[in-house]
Amino acid sequence: MLYREAGDFKTTYREDGQTFPIRLDRTAYFAILAVAALFVPFVINDYWLNAVLLPFLIYAIAAMGLNILTGYCGQVSLGTGAFMAVGAYACYKLMTAFPDINIAIHIVLSGFITAGVGMLFGLPSLRIKGFYLAVATLAAQFFLVWLFNRVPWFYNYSASGQINAPERTLAGFRITGPETQAWAVYLFCLVFVVASAWICRNLTRGAMGRKWMAIRDMDIAAEIIGVNPLRAKLSAFGVSSFFVGISGALFFSVYLGAVEVGEAFGINKSFLVLFMVIIGGLGSILGSFLGAAFMVLLPVLLKNVLVGGLGWPTDLAAHLEYMIVGGLIIFFLIVEPHGLAQLWRITKEKLRLWPFPH
Amino acid sequence: MKKTLTTLALGATLAAGPALAELTFPSLSYRTGPYAANGIPFADGYADYFAMLNERDGGIGGERINMIECETGYNTEKGVECYEATKGEGALVYQPLSTGITYQLIPRVSADGIPMHTLGYGRTSASNGEVFPWVFNYPATYWDGASVAIKYLLDENGGDLSGKKIALVYHNSAYGKEPIRTLTELSEEHGFELLELPVDHPGQEQKSQWLQIRRERPDNVIMWGWGVMNQVAIQEAVNIRYPMDQFIGIWWSGSENDVRPAGEGADGYKALNFHAVGSDFELYDDLEEYVWSKGNAAGAGDQHGTVLYNRGLYAAMIAAEGARKAQEIHGTSAITPAMMRDGLEQLEMTEESMAELGLAGFGPTFSASCENHGGSGRAAINQWNASEGKWEVLTDYIQSDQELIARLVQEDSMAYAEENNIELACQ
Repeated sequence: MLYREAGDFKTTYREDGQTFPIRLDRTAYFAILAVAALFVPFVINDYWLNAVLLPFLIYAIAAMGLNILTGYCGQVSLGTGAFMAVGAYACYKLMTAFPDINIAIHIVLSGFITAGVGMLFGLPSLRIKGFYLAVATLAAQFFLVWLFNRVPWFYNYSASGQINAPERTLAGFRITGPETQAWAVYLFCLVFVVASAWICRNLTRGAMGRKWMAIRDMDIAAEIIGVNPLRAKLSAFGVSSFFVGISGALFFSVYLGAVEVGEAFGINKSFLVLFMVIIGGLGSILGSFLGAAFMVLLPVLLKNVLVGGLGWPTDLAAHLEYMIVGGLIIFFLIVEPHGLAQLWRITKEKLRLWPFPH
Repeated sequence: MKKTLTTLALGATLAAGPALAELTFPSLSYRTGPYAANGIPFADGYADYFAMLNERDGGIGGERINMIECETGYNTEKGVECYEATKGEGALVYQPLSTGITYQLIPRVSADGIPMHTLGYGRTSASNGEVFPWVFNYPATYWDGASVAIKYLLDENGGDLSGKKIALVYHNSAYGKEPIRTLTELSEEHGFELLELPVDHPGQEQKSQWLQIRRERPDNVIMWGWGVMNQVAIQEAVNIRYPMDQFIGIWWSGSENDVRPAGEGADGYKALNFHAVGSDFELYDDLEEYVWSKGNAAGAGDQHGTVLYNRGLYAAMIAAEGARKAQEIHGTSAITPAMMRDGLEQLEMTEESMAELGLAGFGPTFSASCENHGGSGRAAINQWNASEGKWEVLTDYIQSDQELIARLVQEDSMAYAEENNIELACQ
């Protein structure tokens, strides 16, 4: 009744092609953006920042990045953790080599460096696909983690092999280091998330995204209609790695402040991001956000309810958490194999007709 | 069902209600994941000691203790979540039991003004209180451990290690890499060859490392392992018939849970330790009387007297004594984290004070100061007796090479101070 297209007339092509064609969607989008940008910064505290919002925002960028590669271009990758590590180490090297340069520039540059590395490891995708490609990217995962552990230059020869983010500012506000203000860090990440989502959305509905999807749906057919697989696949690897690299750089510099490559960017991270993409919905920007929220926020919520609310022992709660999250993953995938985004799409379809279905 | 939920919720609010006036000690524990076998006994000991103080003395200095347990799973992201969740509750001291989380928290606790005590783990150079005023790592550090192990081997070999080959099997993380700097220095000094063999997290796969040991035949193997890695390493050593008495683990690789799975084969395995083993202490009577007999033992209650349970007790004892000292200095029982720091900084462990606590001869004596947060740097060698199923103390506390370690600590901490623009304290 409320959610409908009727009466929402479009008189130009531009209006017809916009991201949110339904007025209610548009309003909701701008309302969420306004709350996120204008309200949340005033109420945010350290706990909400470090335990809830930062991981959610950063993983959302990583999930969007992987979604471009796996969801839109159909190339399975198990190297996300390693590409995040490339972003983190690139950011670290840049931060320590050029301390006077703005941190935002370092993070974008780390994205570009990761894009280069991603394209390099994307080369095998020109010959192999599917599970075989997954194995090739798995090689990237292990090789890069090994490299960052092995070559002391990457961690500036520190005794522990850890990298630590020094304090860096943006326009006078501290963004990295321990003495940051929650709102500044939050807004910094929010800008990256909104910009990434905007770029991803528009890339995927333009010529480039259509080429990726053509490759995903059937690469031979795509080649016959004139899509260059080399360009399409490598650009997907490049763009995907760019966003994954940005998320890795933020993950290290803004969120954790100190990382150890094997622990923070191991194979588990690759699977975590892949699960986000699968649960959220392959080939959907909204799905990346939903997947990240599901995998990041649900455990925190469960922990707070079980331990904080009900006072259960921590180990019992931790085990239950695994069981509940695992059970929900299976439940959602049975109910809707195409992920949460598809669930949302179906809900919207139903809402359009409600209360008068055919 | 509804009623039980309401009672539970009510119970939770009642339990959480008066927490503000209490002394809050967060316990960042891990009872799940690949490191749980080692995390559980430590967390149990930590919890039981505070429970005992609450029951027996009504807390510390009349203030009840509120211990908040938070599960980290040895994962840094969850560790950060736990830190942020508990710091608002007035946490007095953090003991994360993870070198990775320690590195994560050092800048945060320094900025937030909450002390952190890393009992024989964490960042070794944090023992320099001038650079790390909020971090304490007494009674011994990893570099002490490395030095003590080499000193012991020197003793065994008539004071000469030249031409020997010593392998270091280590957890490939900040934790495992800690001793490398000291061991490299020592290898130059004493002329032995150091063979570095990293094992990746979580450490279930060590075939290639032990194959290399079998091929290279090092005279001794030193291990920096944790969790499931310890069990696997000891089993692999048994499999390749490596002489167990040539194999020395750091204090985190020397608990019952590490050696038991290898059965008889593990007999003779050695490990460092900076506190006593077994349950032969007066404190244990109090624990029995006030905690266990009432059915309030933490966890499953089956870890009493094990090495890591004792270490949990030790960690809790130092936290409690630090708080007591702080109350004494500041003349108030409701202490703040900043007062707690002063207490930890002026903490002194003597034979008498330990005996008073019912822990006579439990650990090395040490006294902290503004500059020295690292303790006396002494550790003993223990040996596993598989047939009796217990650790035997082989040596007295061995003093590490203080001169070398002081120099290394100075170098590393000053580099940190410069990198982070830290003004030196204690001036």
